[in-house]
Amino acid sequence: MYHLLQHHQQATASSADNTKTEITALSTTRRGFIKTISAGSGVFMLGCGVAPSLSQAAAAATPDLSSLVFNAFLKITPDNRVIVSIKHLDKGQGVTTGLTTIVADELGASWQQMDWEFAPADAKRYNNLYWGQSQGTGGSTSIANSWDQLRNTGASAREMFIQAATKKWQVEVGNITVKDGIVSDGKHSATLGELAAEAAKQSVPKEPKLKKTADLQLIGKDIPRKDSPEKVNGSAIYTQDIHLPGMLTALVLFPPKLRGKLISVDDKEAKKMPGVVDVVKIPRGVAVVAENFWTAKKARDTLQAKWDLSASESRGTDQLKQALTNATKQKNHVITTRGDAATTIAKDDIKGQVIEAEYHLPYMAHAAMEPMNCVVQVTDNGAEYWFGSQAPTIDQSQTAEILGISPDKVIIHTHYAGGSFGRRACPDDYVLDALHIAKNIKGRPVKMVWTREDDMQNCRFRPMSAHAIKAKVSTSGELLAWQHNAAAQPILRGTPFGGMIQGPVDPTVYEGISDLAYDFENFEVRATEFESPISTLWWRSVGHSSNAFVVETFVDQLARAAKVDPLSFRRKMLSKEPRWLGVLNLAAEKANWGKKLPKGTAQGIAVHKAMGSWVAQVAEVTVSGKDIRVNHVTCAIDCGIVINPDIVKAQMEGSIGFALGAIFGEEITLKEGHVEQKNFDSYTPLRMNQMPEVDVYMVDSTERPSGVGEPGVPPLTPAVANAVFAITGKPVTQLPIKLV
Amino acid sequence: MIKLKVNDKSVEYNGDPNQPLLWYLRDDLKLTGTKYGCGIGACGACTVHMNGSPVRSCSLPMAALGSSSIRTIEGLSSNVGKEVQQTWKELDVVQCGYCQSGQIMSATALLESNPKPSSTDIDNAMQGNICRCATYQRIRQAIGQTAKKLEG
Ligand code: FES
Ligand code: FES
Repeated sequence: MYHLLQHHQQATASSADNTKTEITALSTTRRGFIKTISAGSGVFMLGCGVAPSLSQAAAAATPDLSSLVFNAFLKITPDNRVIVSIKHLDKGQGVTTGLTTIVADELGASWQQMDWEFAPADAKRYNNLYWGQSQGTGGSTSIANSWDQLRNTGASAREMFIQAATKKWQVEVGNITVKDGIVSDGKHSATLGELAAEAAKQSVPKEPKLKKTADLQLIGKDIPRKDSPEKVNGSAIYTQDIHLPGMLTALVLFPPKLRGKLISVDDKEAKKMPGVVDVVKIPRGVAVVAENFWTAKKARDTLQAKWDLSASESRGTDQLKQALTNATKQKNHVITTRGDAATTIAKDDIKGQVIEAEYHLPYMAHAAMEPMNCVVQVTDNGAEYWFGSQAPTIDQSQTAEILGISPDKVIIHTHYAGGSFGRRACPDDYVLDALHIAKNIKGRPVKMVWTREDDMQNCRFRPMSAHAIKAKVSTSGELLAWQHNAAAQPILRGTPFGGMIQGPVDPTVYEGISDLAYDFENFEVRATEFESPISTLWWRSVGHSSNAFVVETFVDQLARAAKVDPLSFRRKMLSKEPRWLGVLNLAAEKANWGKKLPKGTAQGIAVHKAMGSWVAQVAEVTVSGKDIRVNHVTCAIDCGIVINPDIVKAQMEGSIGFALGAIFGEEITLKEGHVEQKNFDSYTPLRMNQMPEVDVYMVDSTERPSGVGEPGVPPLTPAVANAVFAITGKPVTQLPIKLV
Repeated sequence: MIKLKVNDKSVEYNGDPNQPLLWYLRDDLKLTGTKYGCGIGACGACTVHMNGSPVRSCSLPMAALGSSSIRTIEGLSSNVGKEVQQTWKELDVVQCGYCQSGQIMSATALLESNPKPSSTDIDNAMQGNICRCATYQRIRQAIGQTAKKLEG
């Protein structure tokens, strides 16, 4: 225990007030982990180095537990603060509050005394339990993977406080309570801080007893966010805000197209400018290092560079679209099959109506509000980072490889991220750009910042995709067969996440299609990976963000062919799927599905499962001429036990607003391989006047918590598109929606 | 030399007159609450008050400031501003928070000039502020509630 305590203190010394003696109450046995973690499943999983799996395979997968070590998540200061180590990045999803709540509740602390700090980068203690031996945030797993770990942390500590009190007061264990931060037996009482020193001396319980649901005080309540005050008064520190003694600012001149190679650069002018410290070549471009942003920017503008663009994309959006369409016409890999969809559709003696559709989805940019950036200092024995690191273990190992050192020599101080939506979890990218610059600048930390243009032009996009679907609906209105052929660029292939690909095709191409929950007899999904030098990356809800649009709008086409109401059509095929039905019915009921609406206004519905959670949405939409207005969205989510309902609501509101941009015009297009959008004048996220009213409802559940940050995204575009279809009678098969 | 007031303190500037106010605030004065989001006046993350009116500091060169008085999120001290921040906390408007200084500065300027904004007024005043986390619903509610509080 003692050495672990030391270890923890050391690791947190930089962020904690180390003039205070910190007492660390350690938690959770290895056995406890094994028992509880093997029960977890159904969540988007990532990994590196270990056999990982994506959402559809997750249920079958058992995380590698052999290397999980005893983690330290909790410390209590004598001044009665209870501090939780947050092993995940906050990029808006509220983890600092959610994770802290879980510990507080099991411990019996008061919310006021709770505090948190970002954990250091250390996969041994702070790995994502769904990702094997890797620390990181993604796939909406923060709460889900931490649930048992942090409950055990709190419960173990509570039992240690009770033990300490029995010894101190010479009383029976059964008479002692820990509530609102007070340990008491009715006669004596003490604060957690007062008893912390004694409590830390107790042995760690092997199997701490968790509270009964009825005894939970904070979980399930609208606890105010811990990060609100500093995000409201401007004092929250993001990577962009870091100022360290001697720090320099670097801007990179990137090639005009991704994968361009520098032939030559004329930097004479730049080097002469006062305040410019150096101009350095890095693998992806040329960096100007200066005393501040403005100087670096002005100097960068003077660089004259020649690029070899032969490895870059040279096609335009229309050509890519055509090529993707062609790819969906091939006999691609069979991903899943049951019955005989091809024959059922082809055979004339099987009576019914054949419906065919072609779908197209564009590249999308993450466009997090804070453009990518990273602060790093390279020293003689390692590297030290300050930034919003979403995948610290990968960042550590890639850095170690470049510097030829061991990963534990790479220190990462995590800071708030101004959004990410997947963008910050990106190997071979902004972190390494910064590192390559800092390697040349010894003895001073370097803050590399991207301008919005760098961020957008140099982006890793959600892949473009195309789908060809054929289906047959019987004369009595039943879905008989569905044949689906999908083509999209892979996301995982060729990255450190490549180990997650288990079949012939990257699962991000077909997730949300091959695992369709609808009950019908004949189903065939084929898919292929499309190739382009454009880089791709997970965009909030990954493949689901595109695929739910395709699947759920096609279902409405089928319902129309069957002459059945879209809700009834879905309900019938989901009768054996209680959690699908649960959200579908809840959303329909709360939206008053089928209510009378004026001409030009209609409702659309969609349901999807992603990251282990089920979400249904009903959008009420008005079309006038070419204008689309989304008036209202009713959202129902089943994410198991809800830690903080208000944060779940916020995530649904945010997901809806995020996804809605894709309806109204957000898209990345290419002209001869050049990204046409540079900034928010041409790439257009949702704005205030386009935001609908949103109502959120949660299904009551006693199931384990599952994802919240992403699953609200997938059903939104199909729900809106289905409403537009209901109004115009024309199916929507492309985004953004352009009415003619 | 440019003389101006930032959060009620007098400051003097001798640097590049083309440097945008945003970078002077962030890099020189270390007032990092004002954020960079686009640099072209299209996102509102850099919104500050210049003589009481909301401006995009990324697109305002130092030379254009004259002897104006600049207020940033760090110096927000008016009744309205304080109340806006309070309601923001009560409704837990923030998600990632990166846009929120700009949102709060725009909302405060709106309520200072128009204590009872209609829904359209809110749309018009806030349309220049992007929130990629799409906290718009709560921003709208928070502006409405603050207006009510200030009234009563
Ligand atoms: S940074 Fe000034 S408006 Fe975007
Ligand atoms: S809160 Fe994240 S951009 Fe607005």
